[in-house]
Amino acid sequence: MKAFATLLERLVLTPSRNRKMEIIRAYCASRPDPDRGYAIGAITGDLKLKSVQPSLLRELMTQRIDAELFRLSYDYVGDLAETISLLWGPAETAEAPPSLYAVVRTLSEASKSDAPAILSGLLDAMDVSSRYALIKLATGGLRIGVSARLAKQALAEFGNVGIEEIEELWHGLEPPYSGLFAWLDGSGAKPVAAGRAPFRPVMLSNAIEERELEDITPADFLAEWKWDGIRIQLVSDRGKRRIYSRTGEDISPAFPDLVEAMAFEGTFDGELLVRSPLSEPLAIRTFSDLQQRLNRKTVPKGMLSSHPAFARLYDCLFDAENDMREESLERRRKVLEEILDRLPAERFDLSPEVPFTGIDDLREKRANPPHPVIEGLMLKRRQSTYRSGRPRGLWYKWKRDPMVIDAVLMYAQRGHGKRSGYYSDFTFGAWRDGETGMELVPVGKAYFGFTDAELKQLDKYVRENTTERFGPVRSVAAGMDGGLVLEIAFEGINRSNRHKSGVAMRFPRISRIRWDKPAAEADRLEALEALIGD
Amino acid sequence: MRPDALLHPARQGLYCPPGDFYIDPVRPVERALITHGHADHARAGHGAVMATQRTLDIMAIRYGEDFAGSVQPARFGETLKLNGVGVAFHPAGHVLGSAQIAVEKDGTRIVVSGDYKRRPDPTAEHFELAKCDVFITEATFGLPVFNHPDAATEIGKLLSSLGQFPDRTHLVGAYALGKAQRVIRLLRDSGYDRPIHIHGSLQRLCDYYQSEGIELGELRPATLAEGAKNAGRDFAGEIVLGPPSAFNSPWVRRFSDPLIAFASGWMQVRQRAKQRGVELPLVISDHCDWNELTASIRDTGAAEVWVTHGREEGLVRWCEVNQIRAKPLKIVGYEDENE
Repeated sequence: MKAFATLLERLVLTPSRNRKMEIIRAYCASRPDPDRGYAIGAITGDLKLKSVQPSLLRELMTQRIDAELFRLSYDYVGDLAETISLLWGPAETAEAPPSLYAVVRTLSEASKSDAPAILSGLLDAMDVSSRYALIKLATGGLRIGVSARLAKQALAEFGNVGIEEIEELWHGLEPPYSGLFAWLDGSGAKPVAAGRAPFRPVMLSNAIEERELEDITPADFLAEWKWDGIRIQLVSDRGKRRIYSRTGEDISPAFPDLVEAMAFEGTFDGELLVRSPLSEPLAIRTFSDLQQRLNRKTVPKGMLSSHPAFARLYDCLFDAENDMREESLERRRKVLEEILDRLPAERFDLSPEVPFTGIDDLREKRANPPHPVIEGLMLKRRQSTYRSGRPRGLWYKWKRDPMVIDAVLMYAQRGHGKRSGYYSDFTFGAWRDGETGMELVPVGKAYFGFTDAELKQLDKYVRENTTERFGPVRSVAAGMDGGLVLEIAFEGINRSNRHKSGVAMRFPRISRIRWDKPAAEADRLEALEALIGD
Repeated sequence: MRPDALLHPARQGLYCPPGDFYIDPVRPVERALITHGHADHARAGHGAVMATQRTLDIMAIRYGEDFAGSVQPARFGETLKLNGVGVAFHPAGHVLGSAQIAVEKDGTRIVVSGDYKRRPDPTAEHFELAKCDVFITEATFGLPVFNHPDAATEIGKLLSSLGQFPDRTHLVGAYALGKAQRVIRLLRDSGYDRPIHIHGSLQRLCDYYQSEGIELGELRPATLAEGAKNAGRDFAGEIVLGPPSAFNSPWVRRFSDPLIAFASGWMQVRQRAKQRGVELPLVISDHCDWNELTASIRDTGAAEVWVTHGREEGLVRWCEVNQIRAKPLKIVGYEDENE
């Protein structure tokens, strides 16, 4: 348990992604089975324990300490697990603390009536950081800033195998992953993708470069619109139906409407979109409508009819049990087309081919897409087989030019790691009419897009023009009579209730620093609102 | 004499009307008694200052020789009279020269703790208990969540991190007066004998500690030669100490892949460590933790406790539960963060 506690503590405090991965890798290399498997399961969220309610913890605590002192402490610390781990009292170290495995077993076997006594006993035997880990484990949801994807990537590095291989296996496996670790250790065979409806690693595209455009001919390449949804893999395998994200996360529970319509056998690749209500003609909705349906465990009924899910398919990996991945794209699309004839048209269609005569024609089409939910073109080699990862020269994406606005720098925040000591995260605003004249309202935040030399200039500017400080954040002089204009490039813009400005940009970055432009001439909020595609 | 007639908070700080002096005033006054050299307690510009010789030395280092109109050193344990009020300084164990101040008149004795700690520390005079009727205690860590671990264990974490990441500069944040010297001394006592690199603002106080007989070993300035080409690659695997404020400045850019550590009692709360971007929290404090604060209240035998700067509510509540008369004493101007 101590090693697991140390793992969590270091993951919480380490800002760098690579270093987090290294910490997980080192943990897997040094810990025995089954502890390391349970730890990974806890991080990925696949380890499911009967969860302990926070109210039970509070009750246990107030039996040990004055309620008012507990309240003051919790108020100060802000995190229940941490407050309790600090307040519980000195560890009774007579016995060695239990292993992670023992803790997992004890917690999963505890009945509701035994839970308080068992939890107390465990807390008694542990030091502060182990208690913190125990409480996080028992209440479910670690929230330590590590995604399941990152954990899988660390496993891939640990075993020196491809991340795709791990993702492909993942859904047939359960904590503590003994078979998987045996393979990664080199002491066992690769586990067979057990279970039905497994995830297959997806094929990704490269952004096309200008010099590569001349190779694009209608004879060799097929063009499709690039739809602004989320990439999915639909698998239906002898009664088992799953929808995976491109990293192999099972997102089926959020899309019961689509799952229900998956009356086929096979594995298809496509884009998940949200459409108009089924009673109306098919119309694809914006990404912000799709966002309403993402990251949900359950979907309210009303949303199923107001925001129905729709899949625009473009590839076939398996037709029933026949592996199609070694066939050409043309052949795979042909098969997909035949299958689609039998599927409900209100839920599925084929991403249509965009005919073109040459690259100039394609340029023209890219500049004038027929639908606002298109973010560019996909160019795929007609003879290409389906290859996982990001092979070169087969699939290209050719995005639309980004949208651009001029905004005014308002706040800057210090960076971490290589950027420690630099103000490197910038919040910028647009003008609107306030009660006492024009005012700036923050519209987004960007922390890349500039060169190292520009970062130095920006950092210097922030330091010389600071008006207020709040911890790591500085407020920068910005008004009609002075301020720094930043040209912001972004991929799209949506309405948002969570932002003061009412808009949220996607993928904003600083494309140019407009040292020359007066702040008063930066864009107004209305200019951004006009770019919303609904 | 009624205690609050002997000492009470005023705009400039804690005031003694019969003696006509202030203790640790936050604004310039005619006569000030100073507990210790931290900037929020010891300010420049008073008429007459009474403090321990070491506190006076530290004030002269920080503010220049003319920091006050006149100075009078106080020796530990010696009682002096100021307008008929007895005044005595007792070691507080917080930083070098730090004192508690006992004030007595007509059989009423009040002890002002200043900042204090009770654990052994070779860089400060050891805390001495002073019995009293009213104890004015600080409450920096006045919540039961604060239980400071053994400082040597925390230093062990720093040394093991250094072993694990031999290419990273270990930047340790520590306040210039007291904490920095204590961390250096703890490193030396753990057997670390490589040169330790220090930020320029630590130099004079480290020199002073060494001139007072506190061995700190070899210290080198954490600076590069003019025009050095290897900026960003220097100090790999070394320990560099600096005030936390320097970590937000361009100064940190010269170090090799810095690992930020911070030596402070606040580091017990990991959310606080995370907010500050601290990768390696070291819970090393110059104050009492909760158990030491409550033990001290009992040990002084005080019938009444006034609680100041920090989490007053927690300590006042503990007194209530334990049937000791207590009240928070709101004195503006002391900073929590100087730890």
